[in-house]
Formats: sequence, C-alpha cells, structure tokens
Amino acid sequence: MISLIRSIWLTFLHLFHKKETIQYPEEKVQLKPRYRGRIVLTRDPDGGERCVGCYLCAAACPVDCIALQATENEEGRRYPEFFRINFSRCIFCGFCEEACPTYAIQLIPDFEMAEYVRQNLVYEKEDLLINSQGKYPGYNYYKVAGLDAGVKGKGEGENEEPPIDRHSLLP
Amino acid sequence: MSETLTYWIVIIGILFVLLNVAALLIWVERRMLALWQDRLGPNRAGPLGLFIVLADTLKLFFKEDWTPPFADRNVFVMAPAVVVICVLLSFAVIPFAPNIQIVDLNIGLLFFLGMSSLGVYSIVLGGWASNNKYSLLGALRGASQMISYEVFMALSLMGVVMLTGSFSLHAIVEAQKNCWFILLQPVGFVIFFIAGIAETHRLPFDIPEAESELVAGFHSEYSGMKFGMFFIGEYLGITLISAITVALFFGGWLGPAFLPPIVWFIIKTTGFILFFILLRASLPRPRYDQLMEYGWKVLLPLSLLNLLVTGGIILLLNQP
Repeated sequence: MISLIRSIWLTFLHLFHKKETIQYPEEKVQLKPRYRGRIVLTRDPDGGERCVGCYLCAAACPVDCIALQATENEEGRRYPEFFRINFSRCIFCGFCEEACPTYAIQLIPDFEMAEYVRQNLVYEKEDLLINSQGKYPGYNYYKVAGLDAGVKGKGEGENEEPPIDRHSLLP
Repeated sequence: MSETLTYWIVIIGILFVLLNVAALLIWVERRMLALWQDRLGPNRAGPLGLFIVLADTLKLFFKEDWTPPFADRNVFVMAPAVVVICVLLSFAVIPFAPNIQIVDLNIGLLFFLGMSSLGVYSIVLGGWASNNKYSLLGALRGASQMISYEVFMALSLMGVVMLTGSFSLHAIVEAQKNCWFILLQPVGFVIFFIAGIAETHRLPFDIPEAESELVAGFHSEYSGMKFGMFFIGEYLGITLISAITVALFFGGWLGPAFLPPIVWFIIKTTGFILFFILLRASLPRPRYDQLMEYGWKVLLPLSLLNLLVTGGIILLLNQP
C-alpha cells in the first residue's frame, strides 16, 4: 500500500520534470556525426567519382536496394554507368558503407527525405553524387591503386616503387 | 410555468456541460498523461492542442459503424447506450450548487448506487452480444468486478448516511457545514474511492478492458460512434465518481465565500478527475484474482468494521 502511494507521488512529481519531447519541425534533433541517414556518393579530392563500380555494396545490401552498372572510360578508370538506390527499401544499416573499398558510398546524418510519391524515393546517380569528400578527406583511391587509370602513371603512387624491369634482374 | 422553465434550463445546461466535459477529458487525459510521462502530449491542433477534441469526435463520427455478422444485433446496438444513460441519469441527483440540482430525491444516494450498478449491464450485454471470446471474458470480469465492488461501495457510504441521517445528497452536503466527512470518515472515503475506480473500470482496475490481455475487452467488436458511447460513458463515469466523492466527503459546494459555490464544486471535482488520470499514469493493473481477493478479503471486512465503529461512536455520543 505504501509503495502504491509512493509510486503515485513519484509519478506526480514528473509533472515538474524536464520534458523529453523535441518539437520536431521547429526544433531539430541533434544528430551525431556518425548517424546513418541518407546515402551519398562522394568524390575524391580532384573531383572525380570515387566509386569504381565493384558491386560490393549491392552484394552487401540485405534488402537489395542498390543497383548499378559498372563501365570504364577510355583511360581505363572504372565508374558506375548508373547507380540507383531505392530508399523505399533501404533500411539504413550501413553495410554498403562498410563494404565499400574506396570510401565512395557513405551514410550522412540526414533523414528528412519524405516524399508524397513513392517513385521519388528512387535516387539516381545524379541525386546521390555530392561535391564533397565526405568523412575521408584527402583520400584518392586511384592515387594508391597499382593501376594506371589516368590519375597517375604506373609506379608513381604514394606508397609505390617504380616498376622494375624483371628482365634486368636476370643473372 | 417559470418553475418548469428553470428546470428545463438546469437540465439542458447540466447535460450540455457534462457532454462537453466528457469530450474535453479526451484532451485533458492525453495532456496530463503525457506530462506525467515526461512528454508534451497533443499540442498541435489549435491552441494548446484543444482541437484534438474536435478531431477525435469527428473521427468517431465518420468511422465505419460496423456490426459484426455474428453479433446479436439488437443487444449489440443497445449496450453502449445503457452506460451513457445510466451515468447521465445518476447526475440528476448530484448537487452542483445549492440551487443547481435537477432533483433532490430523498433517496438520492440509493438512486446513484442503483444507476451505477445498472451500468454494468452495458458491459455484460455488450460483451455477450459481441459473440467474441475476448469480449465475453471482458464482460465476465466486468460483471464479477462490479458485483463485488458494488457491495462495499454502498457499505462504505453508510457511515456518511448515518452521520447525516438522510439519503438526500443535498442534506449530506448541508451536513458538512462544520466538518467535511473526509475527516470523520477517512476509511469510508478510501474504500469508496477504490470501489469508484473499479466501478468506472478505470486503470488500475480496468480488467474488463485489459487491452494487454483481452484486445479491448468487452468493446473489442465495437467501432465508430458505438465505441464512442463507451468512451464517453467512461469519461462521464469518472466525472460522476469525482462529483459524488466531492459531494459526499469533501463538502460539495461548500468553501470560503470569495468564490461562488459552483466554482468550489468544479475545482474539487477537477482535482479528483486529475487524480483518476494520475492513477492511470502510475499504477499497474492487478491480476483478476488479486482484485477479487483484495475486494472480498480486505475491503469488505474493512468497510463492515468502519460501519460498526461509526455506528458505535454515534450511539455513544447520542446517549442522553
């Protein structure tokens, strides 16, 4: 009986506590920098697309909401011909970001993407691509890759030795 | 002629106020519950969110009013009306102020008890006519809860009746001029209030409804305005129990003279309505058998003891 009265009293005191409610449209939520919201495709410091069209994000996606088609330009640099994310399916798990070997696909703290028409939730490459390096500034995949794709010559990369003519090593 | 007119004005006025209070309680309950749970509650539609009353009522009116094909149609339609009628009839004997009372029956208290007992038919018939096992279980619980709590609800009030010497609610309020009956009958008050919560089947005694066990209990099959009737009946029930508690134990309209009597009555009643909501915010629902045990093994003996002691003291004081 005493405990009942005590719990009634304690509940009553909650009248004077600070309210948890955030009055959303007027008052925004404070999102953490690593919040997993809208998915973007980032660019490298030179402004080129980071995505190399490896399909790892599409393979990692548990709800199969990512579709892309890889292609190559004349210098041999791979990029996605189209890149489509269906946000009406996306569960914002971030597996695509973890799978991405070139830090191209990233989740950013933005969730305000409601639409009246469902089809508008299908984002194409031009909707996804942003003019920013995202969470990994300064990273340029083709600068560290052992591949000449028009960014640097073979062996001119940051952690690379120039290629050795193996025939010269012959005894 | 003018007397008849006054009666009509009082009746229509009370009906109007009560129905509006019942509607307003939708908003009050949601706001207060929210505040006690560290939320803000509905505050978007209109000033302070007051238009939610309007929105909710409109919603109830426009919802599909569906009668299940397996239900007993006539009884199904009648049941929700019973609770509202019974509760509204009980308000006829409530003394809101010295001159605002529809009828001052000399058996006013008995009339109130009778009417609130009739309210249980709404639950039983509604649950039975729904032809649904959850509804039936809810109705079953409702019936046994009401019957067992009815017993000492009346018994706990006998102390007040003995002190006044009358069943008339007007006389009972008048008798509290010197001392509110809460001071003379604290045990009676506590028992009556607990029984009153059970009578309105509000939390924590909402086991006929028990949405976590029985879908929605006796009104699982109800929709639209028929559900709205149960809804309004519940809020009117809260108001009724609050008003009667105020009249019986807290001096009704009596209070310092700087406010008119009706205002005192409203203030006190509002306090009790808020306490009802606070109970909902704070207490868990007891198990069905716990409720029965508590009623028959604790509250019934206690109210009998209260009756005995009150009677003994009155006899002792009135001895020549």
